[in-house]
Amino acid sequence: MPADSTVTDERVREETLLARLMKRPELGAIAGLILVTIFFLFTANASMFTLSGIMNFLTPAAQLGILAIGASLLMIGGEFDLSIGSMVAFAGMIFGALVVNLGLPLIVAIPGTLIFAGMMGVVNGQLVIRTGLPSFIVTLAFLFILRGLSLVGLKYLTGGSTQLRGVRDAVGDDWLAPFFSGDAFTGLFAKLAEWGWIDTFKSGAPKVPGVPVEILWFIGIALFATWILLRTPAGNWIFAAGGDKNAASNSGVPVNRVKTTLFIVTACCAALVAIMTVIDAGSTDARRGFQKEFEAIIAAVIGGSLLTGGYGSAIGAFFGSIIFGMVVIGLTYTSIDQDWFQVFLGGMLLLAVIFNNVIRKRVTGER
Amino acid sequence: MEIETAFHHGAVADDAKPILEMRGIKKHFGNVIALAGVSFDIRPGECHCLLGDNGAGKSTFIKTMSGVHKPTEGEILFEDKPMNFSSPRDAMEAGIATVFQDLAMIPLMSVTRNFFMGREPTKGAGPFKRFDVARANEVCVEEMRNMGINLRGPDQAVGTLSGGERQTVAIARAVYFGAKVLILDEPTSALGVRQTSNVLATIDKVRKQGVGVVFISHNVRHAMAVGDRFTVLNRGKTLGTATRGEITPNELQDLMAGGQEMAQLEGSLGGTI
Ligand SMILES: Nc1ncnc2c1ncn2[C@@H]1O[C@H](COP(=O)(O)OP(=O)(O)O)[C@@H](O)[C@H]1O
Ligand SMILES: [Mg+2]
Repeated sequence: MPADSTVTDERVREETLLARLMKRPELGAIAGLILVTIFFLFTANASMFTLSGIMNFLTPAAQLGILAIGASLLMIGGEFDLSIGSMVAFAGMIFGALVVNLGLPLIVAIPGTLIFAGMMGVVNGQLVIRTGLPSFIVTLAFLFILRGLSLVGLKYLTGGSTQLRGVRDAVGDDWLAPFFSGDAFTGLFAKLAEWGWIDTFKSGAPKVPGVPVEILWFIGIALFATWILLRTPAGNWIFAAGGDKNAASNSGVPVNRVKTTLFIVTACCAALVAIMTVIDAGSTDARRGFQKEFEAIIAAVIGGSLLTGGYGSAIGAFFGSIIFGMVVIGLTYTSIDQDWFQVFLGGMLLLAVIFNNVIRKRVTGER
Repeated sequence: MEIETAFHHGAVADDAKPILEMRGIKKHFGNVIALAGVSFDIRPGECHCLLGDNGAGKSTFIKTMSGVHKPTEGEILFEDKPMNFSSPRDAMEAGIATVFQDLAMIPLMSVTRNFFMGREPTKGAGPFKRFDVARANEVCVEEMRNMGINLRGPDQAVGTLSGGERQTVAIARAVYFGAKVLILDEPTSALGVRQTSNVLATIDKVRKQGVGVVFISHNVRHAMAVGDRFTVLNRGKTLGTATRGEITPNELQDLMAGGQEMAQLEGSLGGTI
């Protein structure tokens, strides 16, 4: 740095594009995605990168990604939620009960499920704020409480089974169902098939009937979360609350409100995933969302979110989730034993944390 | 080190109504009695200095003014109305801005984001209301330039700034938002000579605009340079308020030290403190 700190306007141009990029939290995830893509281009069967192959790995990526984006917002805000996996099961049970046992239409059942989940988010948030305990511990308790409640509740609802069936019959012709299950743009895909732009079966029907709706939700939520983070006052409050809650509060940021809202958002993301996967599967069970909290946090960390809060990116979590989906599904297109997946996962996490640490030091000018 | 002492004083009429009045403020932290009944007021257009040694309770006291702490006992009147700030946000909305001793800055965030933290300018309406980043950047760079600091860019992280630069950002921010009362808790502790006189000049400037300034320092020279009134805190109690001209720097120094030792010490060190 030049010694004289008053003649500085020309320093603006000194920072190269590369240096600026190096400061973006999502850089690691994008680089990782490129590496993983190259890896599979060389090792995987070519069908992985056909349209149907891509939809194949984007679908699980989207389901995880919706959780991961919620988790990343919460992490940037300085808290964790380890209960989101169990929340998927819990919300799935609530949703199942509303549509199957109470026979409610989706227009009531979906908001009802989201409200239930949101209330659990409030409980998590208020407990963390009022006790001052680490959210890690409080939500770890809810990881077990919600999983247990899902088991007990499902047995109660079904008279002994841990699986609640009949969701498909209950919502089959509901006008809202297409927004939460199945494929979108089927008309367009049929036309594309007709023109020969995409692969078709012998019958002339497209091999890929449309874009699974969860992928659209995933993209929409990623864009919306990114807009909130970077372009609204609320986004500034999230970064501030996670960066230093005292400094933020002293500067006028309503820290408790921000954190509670983030817990609600995270819980609602879990509920949304529950609703979509339950409608798709036609049933819900107590194992739904098992260990998803870890996967979501890992995807958020790969996406550049710091475990200590105050830094990260929703679009990073988006790419982190795609990496995830690509690896889980991609390994089935290779001759590699799929059980390498967990090894790979741990390795990615470690690399990402080390990388994020370097980036943080660079941003804050620590040496 | 020589500090400019030629600021204009005496514009405040003695009988001007206080904007903010604190009566018998007590603050206990468990067993610790941080404030044992402090009264203080601030009038528009004056600089009221709050002096005292480390641990005297200065920071605790101004935190009750800026909504961080609720006083255990005592009354706060803002423009003659009883006030009960439940958060710093409330105090800010009333027009009270504070430079906290720890600056309340977030190292990972950019200068602009720190500058407007909690009070972001927006554009658009309804669901499209958004953070006006372009204007925020513009204002931030401009305000920082007024304080004599040229930023490398508005997106530079605060963590990369020097201590003095951070302090300057915090001061510029408070000056920008301090519509009625500006509280500065030891704002010059990390500043060099030139930036210190810059800050003192800024205090003088905002005072002339009718803002009441509360200036905390334990440097008597800095206080004397801009202060209109001086209140000394010692172990959570006020030792009284003096008006400019009624008190000499040495007397203030002695009051701060809580007795005569300082005069003796100063004598033996040849007046260098
Ligand atoms: N949050 C707190 N909890 C407990 N004690 C505190 C707290 N804040 C300040 N104190 C105590 O109050 C006294 C006054 O502190 P402070 O107001 O920071 O002094 P000053 O700013 O004059 O140096 C000190 O003894 C300090 O330890
Ligand atoms: Mg202090």
